[in-house]
Amino acid sequence: MEFVYLFFILMLAIVAGFELISKVPATLHTPLMSGSNAISGITLVGALISAGSANETVTIILGTLAVTFATVNVVGGYLVTDRMLAMFKKKKEGGKES
Amino acid sequence: MRADLLINLAYILASLLFIIGVKKLSSPETARQGNGLSSLGMLLAVVVTLWHKDIISYEWIIAGLLAGSLIGAVSARIVKMTAMPEMVALFNGSGGIASLLVGWSVYHVGTDLATATIVPIVLSVLIGGVTFTGSVIAWAKLSEVLNGKPHLFTGQHILNGLILLMILLSGILLSFFPAGNLLGTEIPMYFIFIGLVLLSGILGVLFVIPIGGADMPVVISLLNSFSGLAAAAAGFVISNNVLIVSGSLVGASGIILTQIMSKAMNRSLSNILFSGFGSVVTSSGNAEQGDIKPITAEDAYLILEAARSVVIIPGYGMAVAQAQHAVRELGELMEKNGTEVNYAIHPVAGRMPGHMNVLLAEANVDYDKLREMDDINPSMPTMDVAIVIGANDVVNPAALDDKSSPIYGMPIINAHHARTVFVLKRSMRPGFAGIENPLFFKENTRMLFGDAKQSIQKLVAEFKNQ
Repeated sequence: MEFVYLFFILMLAIVAGFELISKVPATLHTPLMSGSNAISGITLVGALISAGSANETVTIILGTLAVTFATVNVVGGYLVTDRMLAMFKKKKEGGKES
Repeated sequence: MRADLLINLAYILASLLFIIGVKKLSSPETARQGNGLSSLGMLLAVVVTLWHKDIISYEWIIAGLLAGSLIGAVSARIVKMTAMPEMVALFNGSGGIASLLVGWSVYHVGTDLATATIVPIVLSVLIGGVTFTGSVIAWAKLSEVLNGKPHLFTGQHILNGLILLMILLSGILLSFFPAGNLLGTEIPMYFIFIGLVLLSGILGVLFVIPIGGADMPVVISLLNSFSGLAAAAAGFVISNNVLIVSGSLVGASGIILTQIMSKAMNRSLSNILFSGFGSVVTSSGNAEQGDIKPITAEDAYLILEAARSVVIIPGYGMAVAQAQHAVRELGELMEKNGTEVNYAIHPVAGRMPGHMNVLLAEANVDYDKLREMDDINPSMPTMDVAIVIGANDVVNPAALDDKSSPIYGMPIINAHHARTVFVLKRSMRPGFAGIENPLFFKENTRMLFGDAKQSIQKLVAEFKNQ
């Protein structure tokens, strides 16, 4: 039953994803990619559980590495996306660029 | 209330925040806020996870979080906008390997390896592994650590097939006999599992190595999609809905971008992935030859000065020459002079989807001036001057009328319809795919040879001196 329920979520999310993302304009495709990439770092949740429940060397190493990589993905992805999106602006605002 | 329930409610909220965040990406005005909401969702998901009942110690979690945040923050801060494709490839890769490691560590603990767990483990290891090594190779090609040309060797398809077969076999074996020894032998299933990890890595390398640099936008999109699917698979492993929702969001996003990219190249995905396009220099049957007409910056200035409408068509060469700021300066000077300036952007210009848009945004060009191919093509014949900066195949008219050209059928920006075309180019070397470009020999084309940035700066100087 659990599997069916998870599968149900998968299907709904895929449909929602297709609907939403086809509306993103071409000009934002790079931030879309890096931003969605940051979202895929959600695997961090799994990594946290693995690392936190580990009680022997191998699982500690696997878990900690997983947390590190996933965090790089999450933190780097969001920051770089924010940096890019901050640059997209209309001239009128007299944008000052850092 | 039970902690479990609270955690799950928080996950639902996090998923909603991701969805709203992506929705807000539909306009540049709300996009930044959307990204903020999405990161808030991530923070929420991470914080509530720390209450998970299985978590007994925090020191390793903290170590990993600190190390990862440091690496991520520093690289996000220092990366140049022109190197964004490389950066995204690396981030993709770290997401991929994280999913692989999660799958591996659940397998290692091995307490409950029911079919509904082991199948997703196999998938998260496979997809995660391919994403990781594939992204590393894509990074190496983009940053030119590896030659960007397609690498092909005899028997490549056979080798790929063989590896796929072995992966399939070990996947099936693991699904039926997750632990213990292999059917009446002394080989522990754990060996088979390690084999699967290694094979997935090898498959990722073999998958990207034959793909040329110009096809990288497709590969990056596809790897992006994979990193999401790997996360979704990891979600099935640990029965976690937030991983499934966000993983499939990302999976869908990558697939849509992949489709857009392949469509913009008029090639099927399988052709891009398996043909090693551009590895063989196909001589175009009726290569249009003729006189090249070079032009000096002074003469180019005189034409631009008199032009009423100018369209700038950037390509990867603009990124390589770091010319985006000079281009914006030239654009502003022309506008001050009363010229209407637009930027025409081909979907596959650059090395990742939207690459040119980000560079021009960095240089402070108003995004309203960035026009898509289908939007600008009808008005091309009314343009006085088209300036092609470091683009080649995306303005190659052979794609429209030369059936023998390898890019025949690919939609292009009709630069040749403009009254005058300036092509800024280093030399007459053909473009990435090694395809002759008849645009250079057209009656109305003038070649402005030299480094793109220097040429633009010369034009800027001419404008300023008057």
